[in-house]
Amino acid sequence: MSIFADPRWAEALGHLPDYLGSHVRVSVAALALGLLLSLPLAIISRRQPVLRGALLGLASIVQTVPGLALLALFYPLLLALAALSLSWFGFGFSAFGFLPAVLALALYSMLPVLRNTITGLQGVDAAILEAAQGVGMTPRQSLFTVELPLALPVMMAGIRTAAVWVIGTATLSTPIGQTSLGNYIFAGLQTQNWVFVLFGCLAAAVLALAVDQLLALIESGLRNRSRLRAALGGVGIAALVVATLVPTMMRAQTNYVVGAKTFTEQYVLSALMAQRLKAAGLSATTREGLGSNVIFEALASNDIDVYIDYSGTLWANQFHRTDIKPRQELLAELRTMLARQNITLSGELGFENAYALVMPRRRAEQLGIRTIADLASRAANMSIAGDYEFFSRPEWAALRRAYGLSFRGQRQMQPDFMYAAVASGEIDVIAGYTSDGLIAKYDLVALGDPRHAIPPYDAIVLLAPKRANDEALRKALAPLLGKIDIATMREANLRAAGNDAASSPDAVAQWLWEKLGKK
Amino acid sequence: MSPPLIAYANVSKTFDGTRVIAVDDVSLDVAEGEFVAIVGGSGSGKTTLLRLANRLIEADAGSITIEGDDVRSVDPILLRRRIGYVFQSGGLFPHLTVAGNIGITPKLLGTAPAEISARVDELLDLVRLDRAPYRDRLPHELSGGQRQRVGVARALAARPRIVLMDEPFGALDPLTRDALGDDFRELHGKLGLTTVMITHDMTEAILLADRIAVMRGGKLLAQGTPAELSESGDAYVGELLRTPRRQAERLGALLPREGAA
Ligand SMILES: Nc1ncnc2c1ncn2[C@@H]1O[C@H](COP(=O)(O)OP(=O)(O)O)[C@@H](O)[C@H]1O
Ligand SMILES: [Mg+2]
Repeated sequence: MSIFADPRWAEALGHLPDYLGSHVRVSVAALALGLLLSLPLAIISRRQPVLRGALLGLASIVQTVPGLALLALFYPLLLALAALSLSWFGFGFSAFGFLPAVLALALYSMLPVLRNTITGLQGVDAAILEAAQGVGMTPRQSLFTVELPLALPVMMAGIRTAAVWVIGTATLSTPIGQTSLGNYIFAGLQTQNWVFVLFGCLAAAVLALAVDQLLALIESGLRNRSRLRAALGGVGIAALVVATLVPTMMRAQTNYVVGAKTFTEQYVLSALMAQRLKAAGLSATTREGLGSNVIFEALASNDIDVYIDYSGTLWANQFHRTDIKPRQELLAELRTMLARQNITLSGELGFENAYALVMPRRRAEQLGIRTIADLASRAANMSIAGDYEFFSRPEWAALRRAYGLSFRGQRQMQPDFMYAAVASGEIDVIAGYTSDGLIAKYDLVALGDPRHAIPPYDAIVLLAPKRANDEALRKALAPLLGKIDIATMREANLRAAGNDAASSPDAVAQWLWEKLGKK
Repeated sequence: MSPPLIAYANVSKTFDGTRVIAVDDVSLDVAEGEFVAIVGGSGSGKTTLLRLANRLIEADAGSITIEGDDVRSVDPILLRRRIGYVFQSGGLFPHLTVAGNIGITPKLLGTAPAEISARVDELLDLVRLDRAPYRDRLPHELSGGQRQRVGVARALAARPRIVLMDEPFGALDPLTRDALGDDFRELHGKLGLTTVMITHDMTEAILLADRIAVMRGGKLLAQGTPAELSESGDAYVGELLRTPRRQAERLGALLPREGAA
């Protein structure tokens, strides 16, 4: 059987018009903006060594910032600007998705264009420049009829490099809310859907290659003064843009956008909520793979309508609280604090996705470890692994304080790999998540927390300010509230971590709904 | 006598602050229709002197008048469009065809394309290049001599009265150089041009120019017809004239004219 018989290829193909379209739009806009900025800057600075050095230096520094971080940085920056503009000029704008992605990518595209344009212009023979002046050209005529045409091959090489970079890096704009081919990759990595990962990578590569070749066609047309070739290349690019715009224009406007963070459970729950909305006759889409700080701001500014967060996460990250309160008290206080931002906490789903210290069941039994208190005396000979943020979170500090924990070594790991690592004995303890399906799969145990150092992490449904009084929405989601227990969620997560067609978020959400109905 | 078409009066130019005195208090008149050669060693200020005339460089002191106008009082761009300039290595635009190069100044002046095209053909005839094979070639597809012919044609395209040439034939082999020199001298007469040509070759200057100006260290050492120069008491001028003299003597001895003996 061919691997292409896998129904997930068809599913991936179904997303293509949307993902590819958004990807092309954000890339083309970023590249256009990048060129609009870089070309004049390069031209102005070509005879000004100080400005030139400063520009190239700045662009090089931008280049050293990892793409993901650069994109992430633009979000809070724009958020602040939007707030400023709202208070000064009375209008705000969405700092979510398209705008920050375009700005960050445009900045990213500038180095090769600046560098090659400057190099190309400087490479024009001084004797030719003198001749241009001598035959009576103005500086502008010299620039356009002599210098730019002669620098063109080098400039185009830079533009092509920039185009390939932008198209590749645009896959990282998914976490700040810009739909792109990165949606395949982020979703695929999280839900172990390698078909999606492969599909996303291939699509981005083919797109980059196609644009590169079209630009090469334009370049050769300009160089050989073949209007036909230049026009063909131009028409090709234009056709690409139009082709990706049409399906988006024709797509029905959806009313509800369901957000999801970047991990499996979130993909499943957002699919579940979208299914519920659709079943209630409301139009809904999901916006997945959003960074965990981005998603809250996106909700607060009405860019998404609803998503699931966890009480302890908001408590610590959003409200910077370091004290820990009993479950109901914390929820009540959270509800009040959220209401101040006009966000509605509409209810709990019924399970917690908390951090927990996790180790293999058999080993725990052998050592007689049942709680973190038991672990403390052995920790000095053990190693611990956590996700990228765990060790800088207040929970970790609280745990160490409460139990006097001190491990032999600590490591940061991709969450998906932690469980296998602790199961194989490579790591002694991990900071896992209580709702993770892998706990059951690898026969692990979550250690008790008798001193309540870890705050409660109830899964809660949050509604955007503009949805505060939306009865239809509340009604559609009401059947989910209080219905999903930890065992059910673990099983759903385990299913979603599988590597087959039945493990797509949509399929798992469907399964979950049926399971809830039977209760 | 009619007023000079080009007049330098006490012109000086220094570079790098005052460290390099490229042109030092030079006065030189060129009458209408005259062909003047500027001769001197490398670095003696010849190119600088020429570039001052169409304001590729601005003078520090003194004044320069072209066709009666002080160059400082006219727009340098317009000034350059009415003076033909031939560059040492041709200075052709490598991305433009022969026709594109020749027609560039008329194009800048807003001449109609059809008119430019006719003018290009006329100029190709004038500099003795066949229209059909050369019109659409790029500069790198031409020989050195052909390139200089195109350079001359380009300089003449906007029908200037004045042509400035910076060692136009310097990089060519002797035969080509001779042919081009003679052809240009003929054009100079036929079109009624006023020409200033830089050369480091005294023989070429003697053979082509009406008058020769000798430069050294930025100063104008001497000027006059070849006959006048040969009377000059200046040692450097004498030294410059020695080579052509000796060549003439030797050639005379080696190649006796038929029936002269
Ligand atoms: N743009 C410039 N900047 C600095 N020095 C220059 C410049 N142009 C010419 N010079 C100097 O001026 C002097 C005369 O140069 P030039 O007129 O080119 O001499 P020539 O053409 O006789 O060889 C030389 O010493 C040269 O180095
Ligand atoms: Mg010179």
